Amino acid sequence: MREAPHMRTPMRRVRGLGAAHSGTGHFWHQRVTSVAGIPLTIGMLLVITALLGRSHAAVVQILASPIVSIIVLLFIINTAYHMWIGMQEIILDYVHDEKWKFLSLMANTFFVFAVSLASVYALLRLSFGV
Amino acid sequence: MAEFEAGTAAGAERPRPLSPHLQIYKPTLTMVMSIVHRITGAALYFGMLLLAWWLIAAASGPNAYAGFEWFMGRVLGQLLLFGYTWALIHHMLGGIRHLIWDTVHGFEPAEREMLTLATLIGSVTLTLILWVVGYLVMGGPR
Repeated sequence: MREAPHMRTPMRRVRGLGAAHSGTGHFWHQRVTSVAGIPLTIGMLLVITALLGRSHAAVVQILASPIVSIIVLLFIINTAYHMWIGMQEIILDYVHDEKWKFLSLMANTFFVFAVSLASVYALLRLSFGV
Repeated sequence: MAEFEAGTAAGAERPRPLSPHLQIYKPTLTMVMSIVHRITGAALYFGMLLLAWWLIAAASGPNAYAGFEWFMGRVLGQLLLFGYTWALIHHMLGGIRHLIWDTVHGFEPAEREMLTLATLIGSVTLTLILWVVGYLVMGGPR
């Protein structure tokens, strides 16, 4: 087994690398979340259009109904992962300085978690409050 | 990337060749739409703040919700909302186009122009229809 290192080809050096050191996993996840995003976006647009101009009480009532809540929740979670990958891709394309690259990647993660968890919390609180 | 940069640093005496970038090429429809897809994606990223504000306001109570509605009823709010609607629909249609391309279909010159033009016309048309429905049927935001 001590011979093993000599068996390594240049392929070994590129496996799992790429600018984010994570290979093609995100490429595939971006496709999965984009397919899921089609019906969820259509559902979300319908929900928002249906709620236009309604009173606060009516909006809360409708948002709290299970089907609407589930559509909005899935939209938020799916979008959060999709936009996290997307912004990471943009950062890796344009931010080449190592320090700024990792700071902006971190900021991306913080933003996505803060916005999506705040949205999920508000929706659940509103749903269970009715 | 780290490997590549190390290689660049070692050969620093002579300038490394650079591949031609945007300024070299004449803008084409597919190229502009590719850029628009990324811009709408980035805009939607920050647009999620609007969704968060809406849900938090709704969960907070009538007063907070009235504040959100007041802002959305102003010109700036309406512009943001219209832009958000268009960006969302455009990014979705552009995404469908990319998914079609992922299956290695629609790459003939006429096909790719048609697909790209369809996403643009489709997004503008659907956005206008949605807003007309929003205003005429639902009475618009108040």
